[in-house]
Amino acid sequence: MFPETRTGEPLQLEINGQRRTVTADPETPLLWVLREEFSLTGTKYGCGEGECGACTVLIGGNPRRSCQVPLRAAAGKSITTIEGLEQNGKLHPVQQAFLDVGAFQCAYCTSGMIVTTVALLKQNPNPDPRQIAEYLNGNICRCGTYPRILEAVSRAAAAMKGSSR
Amino acid sequence: MSQPRDTFAPEPERFEFHEDSFHHFYWSRRDFFKLTGSGVAVFLAAQPAGAQESGRGFAAQQLPQEISAWLHIGEEGGVTVFTGKVEVGQNIRTSLAQSVADELRVPFGSVRLVMGDTARTPWDMGTFGSRTTPTMAPQLRRAASALRDLLIELAAKQWNAAPASLSAADARVTDPATGRSASYADLARGQSLAATIPAEDPVTPASQWTVAGRPLPKVAGRDFVTGRHLYTPDMRPEGVLCGKVLRPPAFGTTLVSVDTRDAQAIPGVTVVHDGDFVGVAAPRLRDAERAIAALHAEWKTTPQPSSAEIFGYLKRNVEPAGERNSRHETGSVDSALAQAAHRVEETYTVSYIAHAPLEPRAALAEWGNGKLAVWTGTQRPFAVRDELASAFHILQADVRVIVPDTGSAYGGKHTGEVAVEAARLARAANRPVSLLWTREEEFTWAYFRPAGVIEVKAGVASDGRLEAWEFHNYNSGPSAIATPYAVPSQRIEYHPARSPLRQGSYRGLAATANHFAREMHMDVAARALGLDPLEFRLKNLEDARLRAVFEAAAKSFGWPPGAGWPSRRSGSERAGPPAAGFGMAGGVEKGGYQPPSPKSPWIAPAVKCASCAWSPLSSAARS
Repeated sequence: MFPETRTGEPLQLEINGQRRTVTADPETPLLWVLREEFSLTGTKYGCGEGECGACTVLIGGNPRRSCQVPLRAAAGKSITTIEGLEQNGKLHPVQQAFLDVGAFQCAYCTSGMIVTTVALLKQNPNPDPRQIAEYLNGNICRCGTYPRILEAVSRAAAAMKGSSR
Repeated sequence: MSQPRDTFAPEPERFEFHEDSFHHFYWSRRDFFKLTGSGVAVFLAAQPAGAQESGRGFAAQQLPQEISAWLHIGEEGGVTVFTGKVEVGQNIRTSLAQSVADELRVPFGSVRLVMGDTARTPWDMGTFGSRTTPTMAPQLRRAASALRDLLIELAAKQWNAAPASLSAADARVTDPATGRSASYADLARGQSLAATIPAEDPVTPASQWTVAGRPLPKVAGRDFVTGRHLYTPDMRPEGVLCGKVLRPPAFGTTLVSVDTRDAQAIPGVTVVHDGDFVGVAAPRLRDAERAIAALHAEWKTTPQPSSAEIFGYLKRNVEPAGERNSRHETGSVDSALAQAAHRVEETYTVSYIAHAPLEPRAALAEWGNGKLAVWTGTQRPFAVRDELASAFHILQADVRVIVPDTGSAYGGKHTGEVAVEAARLARAANRPVSLLWTREEEFTWAYFRPAGVIEVKAGVASDGRLEAWEFHNYNSGPSAIATPYAVPSQRIEYHPARSPLRQGSYRGLAATANHFAREMHMDVAARALGLDPLEFRLKNLEDARLRAVFEAAAKSFGWPPGAGWPSRRSGSERAGPPAAGFGMAGGVEKGGYQPPSPKSPWIAPAVKCASCAWSPLSSAARS
């Protein structure tokens, strides 16, 4: 037949610095928990198979494909989505760089690009274009704005020099 | 319910080359100002003057029935542009606002576009075929020019001055003689003035543009970098359900029976079985997926050609000659081919390919009092409205289609199947239903770029001059099928075929296939004659502009790749793959001269465009 819907025990998540409780099937991909339970729709569905990067979020600071992470695996962890990057009305330097450079056309990939870039610059504050391309290799922009994305990431790296973010 | 995928077989020609007649527009002038508030408005007649009302119809109560755009300036000086065009990523929300700001002489930031809303914007055929910049931008310019004149006339009346003696700049009208000046906002205050203008009002020449043609950031760009922008699948009204559709296991399959009892037993799930359509709506995606998995369906399949057989299939299934065929013949191809010193023959194939917009097809549908509202990312909101009206046997006026700025389309979002599906589920569930196709559905049930078989024969004289060119395209379409090379004897023919898969428009259309086959064949012929591919092309090219593009590309690329050219650049920061190659190709399409694209990682772009009216930032984003 078909699997039973399991609602499970209430689970604790920390999303963008806030403690949240959710009661849902623990196998639900985190992507849909974010979108359906918390209306955090900045994280996008693109493929559901971890291939396009549109659903990227940070879990414990590491970029993860939220369509591939079951709710149970995210429980108790600190999750950052695109909505959590802006602080007190001030854009994160990576957001600002994407905006300034115009590193998008339709911008459906942009959340995933930005979140992945935040993780990259944490690991490597001075990436060269090849390292940027390698790190963002799993993020697809179907409009083909890659040259602008490379430029935005470099600009963000320069802007973040000496900052703590 | 009618099944769009069974009855609607789109093909490029239908969308790209046939203009539908305009639909009637139902509003009165009073309705319009109810929507916008008072101010001054201009309505641009879609037809030249005389077709409806001519001149400036100040007194008209009824708006003309054929309007292509309108423009309103309110009491606070805000300018609202209403256009049926939609934003799918080319940033026309930005570039059209630039044209209006430029022509109206107002700051860019004061212009707002209402786009692709069948209840609020004028009818529009659709956003495709590279038509927005060459057609809608000049139309909006004409409307803005007329609105500027109206504001000048208002000021002239107030000051008892001659309109021609006044000037407009920075959202103000000024009388240089007296120094008097009034803002557009002040002039518009308390007015309910609507003028209908003919479509041929004069506009500012491109040499005098100040806002258009300059790089400006994407309108509302901040909403996109913060994740705040709501694409269709992000809209979650109160009580929204998640929809899901049961898909057949193969193409060409019909539903024999379906047992829905297990699915219906899942709490909160609505199941719809209507003809071949079976779908569910549930509070959460996971419930909807479970419900789909709980359906027991029996299907009847029919044999389908495999990928390996597809090209032979297309050739065997050519449609009888009809109006979709196109054929061009000059000279005497058969004898020229027979007598040519060199004869080169080759067959090229292009596969079906998916558009793969990163935002899959999506719709949110909501019913109320027998009326239907659907938010969906489509390139043709008015066609989708008509599709919905016909699917549900309701009036077009009772359907409203709204297009949120969309996560790309590439020609793939011309049809309304996802809108029809969401609306069918919403009607059964009596709740709003949001339906987002999966990537797998995109790759299987969306229409594709047509596959094609292209047979080419070239007859070349021993001095490298082309004497005969025979080119047959089966199924993939006639765009760019003509050759830009000078050949005395030509036979060029497009043969439509019965495609086993749904096919339709695609970015670049069939142009890609025909450019590919032609330029491949030019290379094959050059090689057969032992000529440099660029030299062979230039030998056969009289079009001065395309010659100039090839020459510019060759210069910037460093053509010909001389002796000692490594198979990859060493010491370069952009090192290529181990076996990088290079080549030269080019073409002409839609009045633009395509960048000859050297087939290597180092692309030397050389593009010539007739008129660059858009924001260069946007077109440069991909280069």
